[in-house]
Formats: sequence, C-alpha cells, structure tokens
Amino acid sequence: MKIRTKMDLERMKEKGLEILYPKGIKLSVGMATCGISTGAQKVYETIQNEVEKSKLPILVNQTGCIGFCQREPVVDILEPGKPRVFYQEVTPEKAVRLVHEWMENRVVTDWLFFKMEDEEWVVENRCWGYRIEHQPQGLDGISLYHQVPFYRKQLKIALRNCGLINPDHMEEYIARGGYFPLYKALHEMKPEEIIEEVKRSGLRGRGGAGFPTGQKWESCRKAKGNIKYVLCNADEGDPGAYMDRSVLEGDPHSVIEGMIIGAYAIGAHEGFIYVRDEYPLAIQKLQTALRQAEEFGLLGDDILGSGFSFKINLFRGGGAFVCGESTALMASIEGKVGEPRAKHIHTTESGLWDRPSNLNNVETWNNIPVIISRGSEWYSKIGTEKSKGTKVFSIVGKVNNTGLIEVPMGITLREIVYEIGGGIPEGKRFKAVQTGGPSGGCIPESLLDLPVDFDR
Amino acid sequence: MTQSEIDTIIEEYERKESAILAILQRIQSKEHYLPKEDLEYVSQKLNIPLSSIFRIATFYNALSLKPRGRHKIDVCLGTACHVRGGEKILEKLERELKISVGETTKDKRFSLDSVRCLGCCSLGPVAVIDGQVYGRLTQEKIPSLLKEFK
Repeated sequence: MKIRTKMDLERMKEKGLEILYPKGIKLSVGMATCGISTGAQKVYETIQNEVEKSKLPILVNQTGCIGFCQREPVVDILEPGKPRVFYQEVTPEKAVRLVHEWMENRVVTDWLFFKMEDEEWVVENRCWGYRIEHQPQGLDGISLYHQVPFYRKQLKIALRNCGLINPDHMEEYIARGGYFPLYKALHEMKPEEIIEEVKRSGLRGRGGAGFPTGQKWESCRKAKGNIKYVLCNADEGDPGAYMDRSVLEGDPHSVIEGMIIGAYAIGAHEGFIYVRDEYPLAIQKLQTALRQAEEFGLLGDDILGSGFSFKINLFRGGGAFVCGESTALMASIEGKVGEPRAKHIHTTESGLWDRPSNLNNVETWNNIPVIISRGSEWYSKIGTEKSKGTKVFSIVGKVNNTGLIEVPMGITLREIVYEIGGGIPEGKRFKAVQTGGPSGGCIPESLLDLPVDFDR
Repeated sequence: MTQSEIDTIIEEYERKESAILAILQRIQSKEHYLPKEDLEYVSQKLNIPLSSIFRIATFYNALSLKPRGRHKIDVCLGTACHVRGGEKILEKLERELKISVGETTKDKRFSLDSVRCLGCCSLGPVAVIDGQVYGRLTQEKIPSLLKEFK
C-alpha cells in the first residue's frame, strides 16, 4: 500500500501506536552495536525461548540504544497501567528471572535502572502518558528517567526515538510523529519557504564545521544545473565518536525524512548515503528502512501524492578515514580513489559528477523534520546566540558514566563531565578533556566552565 | 570466484564503472581477498585499466591483495580503546595466534588487523570477529573467545 494522503498517514500512525503501546506486555532489548557487543543477542534469544517454552503472554521486541551504553544490555518492560521499567546490565539468567517474577506480579528491583511514566514526543510537542493505574511494590523509590543524573540535563531532539522504537518498524516512527513533517513540507510549503525556515532556525552543520545549513541549501538551490544531488555523510570516522551510528541504528527513518525534505527544498531527485564500512548494523538498518520507504511511496515517484520524485542510494565505504571529507567522499561514490581535491569551487556548485551537490551529516538531516514540524522560532530558542539547538556527544574514557548524550548548545564542559558524566572514577583529579576527535584539542581544568558551542 | 559469478555481480550493478568499490567488496567478502585473475577479469569487463583497479584495491582498508583467513579479527585501537588497553588485547592475540598484526595464520584460520574506532567506545577495549563486536575484553578472555571459531 502506498501512503498518499494524510488519512493514509493517520492510518499508519494508528497501526504504529498499536505496536508501540500494545494491549499486553511488551519487553524490549536494546540491540544497537553497544548492546550486541555486551551480549544483548543472547539475552534476546533467551527471553524469546523462555516466552515460547512457558507460553508467556509477552511480546519480545528489539530497539536501539537509550544512550547509557555503559549499562548495556538494557531491557525494558512496558505493561499497560504500570510505569515502564528499565533494567541495566541484563544477562540471560537475570532476564529469565525478571520475566517470571514479572508474570507473578513481582518487580525485581536488583538491576533496576529507572522507570518512565510518560514519553516526550518532540516532533508533535506532546507528552504521551502511560496512564498509570498503580505503582507495583518496589517501584516507589525508584528514580524516574528525568531524575537520573545522567539524563537530567539532557534534551533529546536528534535522539528522540532511539531506544524507544523498533528501528525496523516504520509504523512506530510514524506513530511518534514521523513523516508528518514531510507531508507538511511537500503539501503546505514552497521550497523557498523551507530554506527560509531552516535558515531562521539557525541550524548549523553537525559534522563539525558548523556551516549554516539553510545557507548551504540556498546556494545549492540557486546553483546552475538541472541535475542536483543531496548526500548524507555517515562516514563517521573520528575515534571516540559514535553519535551517527546510534541514530542510524536506532532511528534510520529520521535521516531519510530529513533528506527527502532537503531534496525537495533544493530541487534534487537523487540522493546518496555514504556509510562507513565499520558500521555493518547501521547499513543493515538503513537497507530495511529504505526498502520500507520505497514500498510505502515515501521514496520513488510522486511522494505522498505531491508529484515530487526522489530516490536514495546507499553507498558502503571501503574503510578509509579520509572519505569523511566532502570531496573525497564524492570521489569515492564516483568509483575513484577517495582523495580530496582543492575546493576552489564549492561542492554546492560542482560536486558529485561535477553537479551541484548538497552534503550534510547524519545529525543535521535528522534535525530537519523536527524544525519543520515545530518551527524555527521554537528551535532557535534552544542553545546560544550563534549555536542553536542541541548537540549529541559521546562521552567516553576515564569518566564514571559513559555513553551518548544530547544537550542544549551552551552547556558547560563541567556540567557534561561532572553532572552527566558523574565525574572521574575513584575520585581522581581531573587532568584534561579532549573534545572534537583527532582534530579537536585538549582542554584543561581551568577552562571547564567554557560553554560548548561552535565558536568558543 | 568464477567468471560467471563475477558477471552476475557486475550485472547487478548495471555495469556501472562507479560501482567498482562495491564489486570489489563483494569479491573480497567471498574470497577473503582479491585474486589477481578476478581483478583482471573485472578490468576487462568494465573497461577500467588494471592499474586504476589496483589503486583502489590498495587505497581502501577493507580490501586486500593477500589471501586472508576464514575469520577476520579487527582490534580497535581508537582513542577510547587505546586508553582502556586495546594494545594489550592486540598483544595477547599476536601471542596466541603467533602472528603479527596484518598477518594471517598458516592454517588460514585467522587474520589479525587493527582498526580505528568501531563506535562502541563505552565498552572498550573492543574487537570485531567476523562482523560480531565483542566488548569489555580482557587478556584472560582471549583464549576461550578464539576457541569459538574453527
């Protein structure tokens, strides 16, 4: 079935809500690369076998990463009328006990991580409550999601769906507001209006350089040529950084939706996603998502009945760090050796196959649907004067809490290291924090109160 | 790889010259390296000079001109894993397998390589064996882990 009208989208949303919040018990295992590398696959299989063997009325589900990678494997249980409960560092043995006790109306509190009583739907600006009827014993004193120090200061826009939806189910993405911004863009906005909106939002490229996204789109739209391309840079190669991996593995449709909106605004009909070879799971999740989007008419001809056509090709890198650079990336897609060229001419004028090409990274594309839905005025209120919105960081190394965080621009390094990161293990002294990968710098203690943004 | 197998792959990519990397990756994943005759055949079929193909084959880390083992081990030496002892994992593997990084065991069971960052930095040190990621590794865990691969 192709989705063509708003009614069709609403129907998909209904279907999505039914599987996101089913009538019975749903158990989800975080199965992004971080979860799998600590044994989530075995946990998942064990629970599935147990449920089958003991004929338990539980739906066993997979999801992405909720951010606190250190505590993986993470398992959560959602039952109507009760708070959603998240468990950390689950093993197959723990999982079996957890499931059986839950069925007997007892909550195992030993590996309890936090509970959730509602979810933020950032695209629609809505709070989805779980309609709690009673607090099971043992859950009274447990922290809510927003009370956990690791999450307290976070604001999730880019990571809005990660760890909460099954990335293989497009309906769940739609249920939480996905693809409605695309409908709005295609049916209610002119390309120029979209570019204006993105410009006003103040969104700057999340790949690191911080170039204003709307301005880039505008110069590509105005560039001469009938054939234009939009590209997504998913060649995230800086050691220690894995923000994009998490988005692609946990919420691939958000990137696809952003690219379709961008293509419409720029006037492109073909796009490429360049994923690094080291991210096999991200490639797999993207393949599934692209296939679904094609099947339901969100990619291809006459998208959502608007007359606009666009297709996306997935390109797997060959394990070359330099291909994350825009011109090297384009050379690689052309089938050449991925070496950069001097950029006398901007790629927005002459990029892939010498045609106007607009390249943004994963996180930039993923922000677009939210901006279209909530508007530039809302978005530009988040962050600092010149750096708007939020930024995803991976926080790793000798720090107590490691994982993936999303914070408003302008937060200080001290807040990131000490409040979210929980400080240095064993109460040791702070030496330095390295930011921004190999091209970044080492920041000493005296500069810890520096706000984090593009310019300082 | 047989010529007809290569033909099938080339057709799948609609004989596009630009798909050269993807085609080489397909050969690599089946043969665990790029046999010279296969490269010659691809060169002839796609009308790309052999020298250009060699340039690509030697540029990308995912491709190899030397025969590789049945199981591919990649030890992460990215910043986060380095801080958490990735080097020690690599050393232990070198000792256990009696090869150096970049080499293949005589029985063609394992190839050992290092990579820069797999994006599981919270769980370092990590290694990937045949695409499966293993986190929180210690030297003690290595011998039993290797036994899982025949």
